[in-house]
Amino acid sequence: MSWHAKVYVVLKPSVMDPQGSTVQRALHQMGYSAIENLRIGKFIEVNFDQALQEQEVHKQLNEICDKLLANPNIETYQFQIERV
Amino acid sequence: MRFSIIVFPGSNCDHDCEYAIRQVLKNPVEMIWHKNTDLKNPDCVVIPGGFSYGDYLRTGAIARFSPIMESIFNFANKGGLVIGICNGFQILCEAQFLPGVLLKNKNLRFVCRNTYVRVDEVDTPFTNQCKNSSVLSMPIAHGEGNFFIDEEGLKKLEDQHQIIMRYCNSKGQITDESNPNGSLKNIAGICNQARNIFGLMPHPERVCEKELGGIDGQLIWQSISNS
Repeated sequence: MSWHAKVYVVLKPSVMDPQGSTVQRALHQMGYSAIENLRIGKFIEVNFDQALQEQEVHKQLNEICDKLLANPNIETYQFQIERV
Repeated sequence: MRFSIIVFPGSNCDHDCEYAIRQVLKNPVEMIWHKNTDLKNPDCVVIPGGFSYGDYLRTGAIARFSPIMESIFNFANKGGLVIGICNGFQILCEAQFLPGVLLKNKNLRFVCRNTYVRVDEVDTPFTNQCKNSSVLSMPIAHGEGNFFIDEEGLKKLEDQHQIIMRYCNSKGQITDESNPNGSLKNIAGICNQARNIFGLMPHPERVCEKELGGIDGQLIWQSISNS
């Protein structure tokens, strides 16, 4: 058993996403004209020692996101934790 | 003027900077591995271009946590000069020595070519040998040089005259066509509020000798040396 966290890092809406708009244009060209918006972010999986309390996992995840995984100037993050 | 160049795993413009400082500028220079904490008593720290830590996660994001960074922070806080070029600029932004961030180029391509930049601020230790509004020809080579900052941050940069250089055409006009990467307001280089930390995407170290295509980069090194 260990803690498994799924971390999602996405660009803030105010930040231009040239990658996302290029992919969106490609999909439009492929005929998926109903796609109204597409943004590309990051998905990060992190495993923690099961001996930690859930609250501590939460705390550490917030810390590593604030310090390294996301840049608060341009990105926001969210995560989910489960025991696996 | 004593220079110290920081070498990260993946730095690749460190020796170009060393050559420009030692052979062209004729100033003493030390190479400092990022795991060290001793800056060897410099007057100016150079964070060179390259791909520190393979640009993993975000450019400059991991280099920010190298042991040497705390020494640079203390050095800069005492007024020491710090120049970050290309990846060095990205590291300075990630480490919050400078405001803003360098995003992926607007056209998603790695752009390696010559650019013109207009020097809009000469009252800095990095541009004091340039004439106001002078146009320098310097190359860029990056995939993430698209400077971005929120509206409030931009206003601060403008009000405090921190935008040192902008991409322009050969006549010094700031145009969309002369913007190689989509940078907000054509920004190519900025300094901090105290004006002792400078980050820029173009490479002054690559244009220090006629044989290598130009000498405009010398002005940046000479400015530092004269301050």
